[in-house]
Amino acid sequence: MTESATELKRFAADVDAWMAENVPTQPDFLLPLSFLEVGTEQQLDFLRQWQRTVFEAGFLAMHWPTEYGGQGADPAYQAVVDQALARYNAPILFNTIGLNWVGPLLLDIGSHEQRLRYIRPILSAEEIWCQGFSEPDYGSDLGSVQTRAVRDGDDYVVNGSKIWTTLGNFADHMILLARTTPNLERKYDGLSFFLAPMGIAGVDAQPIRKVTGEYGFNQVFFTDARVPAGTMMEGEGDGWRVAMKTLEYERGVSAGQASGHWIVSTQIDDLIADLKGVQRDGEPLFQDPLVRDDTVKLIMEARAMALGRKRMTVPALNTDYPMGLALSSKYRGTEYARRMKLFGAAMQGGHSALYVDDPGAIRGGFWQRAYFSNFGATIGGGTTQVQANIIAEHVLGLPK
Amino acid sequence: MASVLGTTALSLSDEQAMLMEVARSFVRDQVPIERVREHLESASGFDPAVWAEMVAMGWSGVALPEAVGGAEMGFGAVVPIIEALGFGVVGTPLMSTILAGQLLVDAGAGAVDDRLTAIASGSVATVAFLDGGDWGAPQRSVVVQANGSLSGCKHFVGDALEAAFFVVVCEYEGEPALALVDRSALAAEALTPNALIDLTKRSASIDFSGVKPEQLLTGATVAEGIERYRLYGALLCATEAVGTSHRCLTALVDYMTTRKQFGKLIGSYQALKHPTVDIYCGVEDARSFVYHAATLIDRAADPSDIEIACRMAKASATELIGYAGDRSVQFHGGFGFTWDCDSTLFIRRAQWTRQVFGDAGHHRKHLARLLLDPVINSG
Ligand SMILES: Cc1cc2nc3c(=O)[nH]c(=O)nc-3n(C[C@H](O)[C@H](O)[C@H](O)COP(=O)(O)OP(=O)(O)OC[C@H]3O[C@@H](n4cnc5c(N)ncnc54)[C@H](O)[C@@H]3O)c2cc1C
Repeated sequence: MTESATELKRFAADVDAWMAENVPTQPDFLLPLSFLEVGTEQQLDFLRQWQRTVFEAGFLAMHWPTEYGGQGADPAYQAVVDQALARYNAPILFNTIGLNWVGPLLLDIGSHEQRLRYIRPILSAEEIWCQGFSEPDYGSDLGSVQTRAVRDGDDYVVNGSKIWTTLGNFADHMILLARTTPNLERKYDGLSFFLAPMGIAGVDAQPIRKVTGEYGFNQVFFTDARVPAGTMMEGEGDGWRVAMKTLEYERGVSAGQASGHWIVSTQIDDLIADLKGVQRDGEPLFQDPLVRDDTVKLIMEARAMALGRKRMTVPALNTDYPMGLALSSKYRGTEYARRMKLFGAAMQGGHSALYVDDPGAIRGGFWQRAYFSNFGATIGGGTTQVQANIIAEHVLGLPK
Repeated sequence: MASVLGTTALSLSDEQAMLMEVARSFVRDQVPIERVREHLESASGFDPAVWAEMVAMGWSGVALPEAVGGAEMGFGAVVPIIEALGFGVVGTPLMSTILAGQLLVDAGAGAVDDRLTAIASGSVATVAFLDGGDWGAPQRSVVVQANGSLSGCKHFVGDALEAAFFVVVCEYEGEPALALVDRSALAAEALTPNALIDLTKRSASIDFSGVKPEQLLTGATVAEGIERYRLYGALLCATEAVGTSHRCLTALVDYMTTRKQFGKLIGSYQALKHPTVDIYCGVEDARSFVYHAATLIDRAADPSDIEIACRMAKASATELIGYAGDRSVQFHGGFGFTWDCDSTLFIRRAQWTRQVFGDAGHHRKHLARLLLDPVINSG
């Protein structure tokens, strides 16, 4: 073993010991399955405290520069931590929009001052971030958003509404995509990108309830809200380019995220463990030939994606479609997760009808809730159908 | 408890990368699809000059020991070659010959070096495996009789008409055995060629009754070698299918970016676009499985990991090429339904590939045993 491999192994042992000591037991209230469903102050306080604990232990954004709160370590170290967090079923690191989209974006194209100002509070969860891209009338067609930002002295005066804004009701800042110049021939050129404060007058977030019964996203209304001009990233009219960069981090096309632990880890192994005891036609579920076949298909799909991630590191096996594996990872991963969770929810016989509040539900109705919750992943961040268009056009070269 | 997701070992050696380069440019420059088409209805199904060049490049012996004139690069070295030939839809006896050679290496333990030397220098060999249509059967209905001669028939023997000798999977004193039979020991009437759905492939039924094998291999290594033959065969057919599916994808994309209807390129219609994306994703998956299996084989990994990887490769590639070939005909419209459209080659290859060495369901059934039984029977 090389020296660095030995070191990594030692580090993994330290992390294990720390997790055993520090991962909190499940509180007596339901925690969200992902950062998309933080709905109550109680959940927020709990998750904020946990993220702070992880950060202070030095286990968050380990591969980010030390001057901004990271450890300047190899990304392999954060991967070890993320695996341990999943293994210990630790609460999620919920400030995801800051940790995984805004942070990497600032490290990529932000100024030194912006990094100093924003990154550390993202890591410590002192400041929560949300994303104001989608609007009631424009979602997939993001380039058409209409929320207006009009320059007035040192501010931009913002009017309009954003929707599906995850964490919007708790957030301190929003990455805001707004129209600074209307009616341009190229609609994209009229957009600008702000690191907008949420605590200013004229910003109002109204929570919206989801299929799962939970909250987590909002409609945000802007009424003559004065956003300081200094919070603009890049220049006026550069908003689309910055937003597209953000989406690369959101979709996992580009690397550099602070932590992969933003969702309760759900693997096919968990499904098998949870449903082992289910009977079907008088036999254990996994003796049924059709159930076995479907389960193997899911296992194969999961392994194919894991192998795909591995293959990205072998250049000679990526010459035909150099960006293909990266650009298809959201499309593949989120749809696989939806079908796998649906399978877990559907294969419980009569228990499939129960939901989280029923004391008789298998694993507290985890699979039913996880299946519903997963639509956040297949719709949010660019829907599955839009991802398919992107792969078709950017990987295969098919026309728009 | 170990995860059912298992290992994700996957690498490519410099030698494999080099072979990939060489094989890809050989197919591109020397075997364009028009050249393949010239031989679709000939007896052998391939161009002897193409075969001679492949032999000259050492491909029949790439995995064989140096002692018999091979390159001893490991079985994984075969994979990039077969993938490239699959891309070219090139049918030659290479796969049959390599698999026969590997079976002899695995089962024969030095007793068959002259045959291996012949293979390394381009002699065509093939395994006479199937007793009938069932790939999952034990394949032991050909029996070595008390007088030392064989009784019974083998079916779908690949490249039988071209083969200089046969490795016959049979039974001797109640145990699996391999009988080596030279072509010269067979009467012409013993071979009955099949009319195959894949026009680049050839096979025949062979009646071995009364034939005295020149050599008989028996013992534990034979049984193991035969099991490995099933897996290696599945892997190579999967590998070929990855190449052919990739070719099918590129042909489809070409057509979708040139053919217009309603004033627009048909590639802009999502009813075509999105299934094409799924074909693309299928190519990536099956390709990962194939190189994963090759990696495990070359590392002499745990046999059950190798078995899982080979079966996943075949199950995945079989589904892929079936879908790709089918959609390719449909998405070319009327032209797609013609003999002249290369979709013909793809959809015909797909039907052959599906069954050979077991279809997807066959492999998933074994995968369920390998992956699920240990977990559900524990604790
Ligand atoms: C849980 C959750 C959290 C979210 N969080 C945020 C957030 O924090 N910030 C934020 O800005 N947004 C957020 N979103 C919004 C998300 O990005 C949008 O919902 C998404 O982009 C789709 O837009 P839409 O809802 O307007 O649907 P539409 O765009 O109206 O789509 C409706 C349907 O049409 C399909 N469709 C649309 N265009 C095409 C096309 N060109 N080709 C094929 N099919 C098409 C879609 O796939 C979909 O099935 C969130 C969404 C969810 C579900």
